[in-house]
Amino acid sequence: MKIAVCIKQVPNTTEIKINPVTNTLIRDGVPSIINPDDKSALEAALKIKEQVGATVAVLCMGPAQAEIALREALAMGADEAYLISDRAFAGSDTLATSTIISDALKLVGFDFIVAGRQAIDGDTAQVGPQIAEHLGIPQITYCAEFDYDAEKEYFRVKRQFEDRYQILGVKSPALFTVLSGSIKPRYMNVRDIIAQDQKEITVLTYADLKCNPDNIGLNGSPTKVKSTFTKQFNSDRQLVEAEPAEAAKIIAEQLKAKHII
Amino acid sequence: MKKSIFVYCEQRDGVLANVSLELLGAATELSKACHHEICAVLIGHGVKALSQTLIEYGADKVYVADDAVLKHYLTEQYAQAAYHIISKYAPDIVLFPATSIGRDLAPRLSARLHTGLTADCTKLEADENGSLFMTRPAFGGNLFATIICPNHRPQMSTVRPGVMKRNEPDKSLSGEVIKVEVPFDSSRFAVELIEEKVEKTAEKPIEEAKILISVGRGMQKNLPQVKDFADSIGAEISCSRAVVDSGVLPQSRQVGQTGKTVRPQLYMALGISGAVQHLAGMGDSEFIVAINKDKNATIFGVAHLGVVGDAAEILPHLEKEIQAQKA
Repeated sequence: MKIAVCIKQVPNTTEIKINPVTNTLIRDGVPSIINPDDKSALEAALKIKEQVGATVAVLCMGPAQAEIALREALAMGADEAYLISDRAFAGSDTLATSTIISDALKLVGFDFIVAGRQAIDGDTAQVGPQIAEHLGIPQITYCAEFDYDAEKEYFRVKRQFEDRYQILGVKSPALFTVLSGSIKPRYMNVRDIIAQDQKEITVLTYADLKCNPDNIGLNGSPTKVKSTFTKQFNSDRQLVEAEPAEAAKIIAEQLKAKHII
Repeated sequence: MKKSIFVYCEQRDGVLANVSLELLGAATELSKACHHEICAVLIGHGVKALSQTLIEYGADKVYVADDAVLKHYLTEQYAQAAYHIISKYAPDIVLFPATSIGRDLAPRLSARLHTGLTADCTKLEADENGSLFMTRPAFGGNLFATIICPNHRPQMSTVRPGVMKRNEPDKSLSGEVIKVEVPFDSSRFAVELIEEKVEKTAEKPIEEAKILISVGRGMQKNLPQVKDFADSIGAEISCSRAVVDSGVLPQSRQVGQTGKTVRPQLYMALGISGAVQHLAGMGDSEFIVAINKDKNATIFGVAHLGVVGDAAEILPHLEKEIQAQKA
């Protein structure tokens, strides 16, 4: 059995700051990490590998430095690593990205595909379901638990909603997206970090994938970014420094004036 | 044919999601600019009776796909129904709720329809031609991007619950209810539903509260005191991510980019420093009061009334003052 895991290298958004003068993102010095949901997806795949035996192939689309994310995935225990990288892929929106990754998955081969639910830089949660549709296979998103029955070659997964859950069953082929909350990724040990050095990373380019050029990159993306901006905060505001009793009085008076109490 | 905005109206067990009504409100606002017809898309089993509510909240038409295979939400079954309706009636715009259902269904459909999809939008605008400008947070709420879909139709987006305003229901409104027969291809129903279980929560969802008393790391040890205060003024408790991470309150209470978006009449932030991810979830509250010991806390940047001080000391006085004001 082969499990393909789709990961993304993302800036650690909790460390991003805004330059108050230029109103732009300060990305310098912000570390890149494997997207947290994707790391849990890899963990889920590695657990299945340990239980029933499987080849775990990790795919990452991005620039050359995304190799670092793949190296980390290999050190966690993945068997194969593929870097999907080409200038022709730049500027892809989610639909174009999913087109490229699904072409790569056809080349790499899979019985099951596991991906994170969403990436912390874009927060779209769209690429997983779009890959599944391009490949014509079923998807189960928001997975919190996995249970694989090797004899029946059948996955039972817990699919989380806001107010409920479903237990769903599916045979190969299928794509799952994983929530990071319930599946804690393992740490790399020194032996694995050294061992991954011997493993190769295969680079897949536009020439390898034979993508339809009309459906990839900036030109092949239906959505376009028209503008970006940072949040403008309230200018009509009041800051008070007072003793607790006085401060309480000021708050209560304003709540009364606003008809809140 | 008149151009239209389709609203995917989510229901679970025959109960409409609040966000479905919010999306009809958003469509009404868009329609003021582009004069598109507003059509609700209602998919499920035994759901036709909900059509009247959708009309009262602003739908000109309701397309209903009602079938036993749609009793529970399953991606392929719902995707086939929605795909059939969208390809048959060719809307200009389709709005979905950014819920765990909408964010499963909409991307699947965007690939099937080969059109663009913008996720988790917090603002929608249209011009007179119906070109849609979809604004959404990215980079953990640090940056906002306005996205367009110029050359593909329909233009689609998922919209964050709690952000758009629903219309006042109007029982005098009338609309057309159109029943749609979906030619299902059951050979593609590969996922088996083994069990579905509703997880009952007794608590009121924070996004529906009129007053939220929100607790940050600086006040989490005073939670019993905050709860008493909240009870005394009929408020619900919410919190920042730090409080969830330390296990003091459940994730259902979390406000922010990775939690919920709220817009109460009063948001009172106690001991919350105001990370940008948190501000993304509460910045549109009608009146924001922040109490924090650090006068440089970023929460004061969004608070209408900021108080530099210790919330634990101020709360007992505030409870008395509020009783006095009410009297």
